[in-house]
Amino acid sequence: MQTLIPTLVVRAAEGEEAEHKLNPLLPHLAEVALSLVVFGILFFLVRKFVVPAFEATYAERTTAIEGGLAAAETKQAEADAKLAELEKQLADARHEAARIREEAREQGAQIIAEMREQAQTEATRITEHGKAQIEAERQQAVTSLRAEVGALATTLAGRIVGESLEDDDRSARVVDRFLADLEAIESTGAGSSSGNGAV
Amino acid sequence: MSGIGSALVPQAAGIRAEGFEPPGPADFDLPPIGGDFGTFHAFGQEFVLGITKPMLQLVLSAVLIFGFFYLASRKRAMVPGKLQFVGEEAYGFVRNSLGRDIIGTHDFQRFVPYLFTLFTFILLNNLFASIPFIQFPTFSRSGMVYGLALMSWVIYNVVGMKKHGVGGYFKLQSVPAGITGPILVLLVPLEFMSNIIVRPVTLALRLFANMFAGHLLLILFALGGEYLIVEMSLAYAPVGILAWVLFLAVAFLEILIQFLQAYVFVLLNAMYIQGALADEH
Repeated sequence: MQTLIPTLVVRAAEGEEAEHKLNPLLPHLAEVALSLVVFGILFFLVRKFVVPAFEATYAERTTAIEGGLAAAETKQAEADAKLAELEKQLADARHEAARIREEAREQGAQIIAEMREQAQTEATRITEHGKAQIEAERQQAVTSLRAEVGALATTLAGRIVGESLEDDDRSARVVDRFLADLEAIESTGAGSSSGNGAV
Repeated sequence: MSGIGSALVPQAAGIRAEGFEPPGPADFDLPPIGGDFGTFHAFGQEFVLGITKPMLQLVLSAVLIFGFFYLASRKRAMVPGKLQFVGEEAYGFVRNSLGRDIIGTHDFQRFVPYLFTLFTFILLNNLFASIPFIQFPTFSRSGMVYGLALMSWVIYNVVGMKKHGVGGYFKLQSVPAGITGPILVLLVPLEFMSNIIVRPVTLALRLFANMFAGHLLLILFALGGEYLIVEMSLAYAPVGILAWVLFLAVAFLEILIQFLQAYVFVLLNAMYIQGALADEH
């Protein structure tokens, strides 16, 4: 600088042709004004159109990326929740199944017991019925046997005695007396002989 | 600075005596396009009225920058195409590395349009120096740079005063934190000088001088090489060709400098704004 300025000033001062000897450090006023005006216009246009557009693009891009991340996070959370829910449902279902199985087992056991009891009752009933029927038939057999044995004995005795015992009144009396005797003997004798006598 | 120094060396060495007219500051005073509209006086000099090439470049740069970034930002696709990608990269570079990282996440957003416009504006105008058929750095005209430097100065000071009040702002910029006692008598004027007065000057001169010197250097290599090859005897021709080779090398170096100067100008703007917004250290 120290060499430049004096040299230039000297050259400017030589005054050969003023137009060609201007000091370059001294400004052309129109240029000062023009640079400010042109810069000002450019600044205004850039601030109005260019910067907002770029900033909006940046912001949109940031939003898009952040939105994407947030959406992914939401999806992840939803998936986690769904998984947890499904696992819970599965556990519930397992629990339910176990409960139902247990219940069925209990019910089965109960049914078996009931059936067994029912069968027992039925068997008892059938046995009772059979016993009663047998008793009734025995009674009937005894009754008819008594009548048949009376007639047979009367006939047999008539043939042995050789006399007609056709007289019904008499023979009936004889038979009744005989049977009464017989019963008297039986009742005084052992119970087993009564049973045998029935057969 | 050394560029200007070396550019002036040939004159000092007296090559002019052999008929070579070395490039000088006069090469930056381009004639008005479409005729002379008279002159006016300022700073004890006579200036030409009329539209010059750097003025047109300034307007062209604004049109190109807005056109490009308007098209690039218009589609607002989530997955950017090539145009939008380039636009977003450039915008994101200024926004994040110059705005957010320096000014801080809290305040940077309102300065992004300013920083972004400033960076693209200076960069394209610097690159004009290396674009064929234009080949003139707009900011080698000091007036253009003074405008931007003045604007930077006003912006960071006003931002600081708005936040801290006028008194609070001057205290912030002049009184270094944690220092008490008589040393302040020495430090306060120094800090005030460096933070309030010198900043716009260095900001302007750095950009202007780099563009000026770079262009001067290129003219020197181009014209000097041409003179050596065309006007001098054949023995000097290889030196002339060497000069042209060096022209190419310097031209590529210039592209780097053009970018760096745009970057530094905006970087310093961001740092000044950050300093003005800073809370008590």
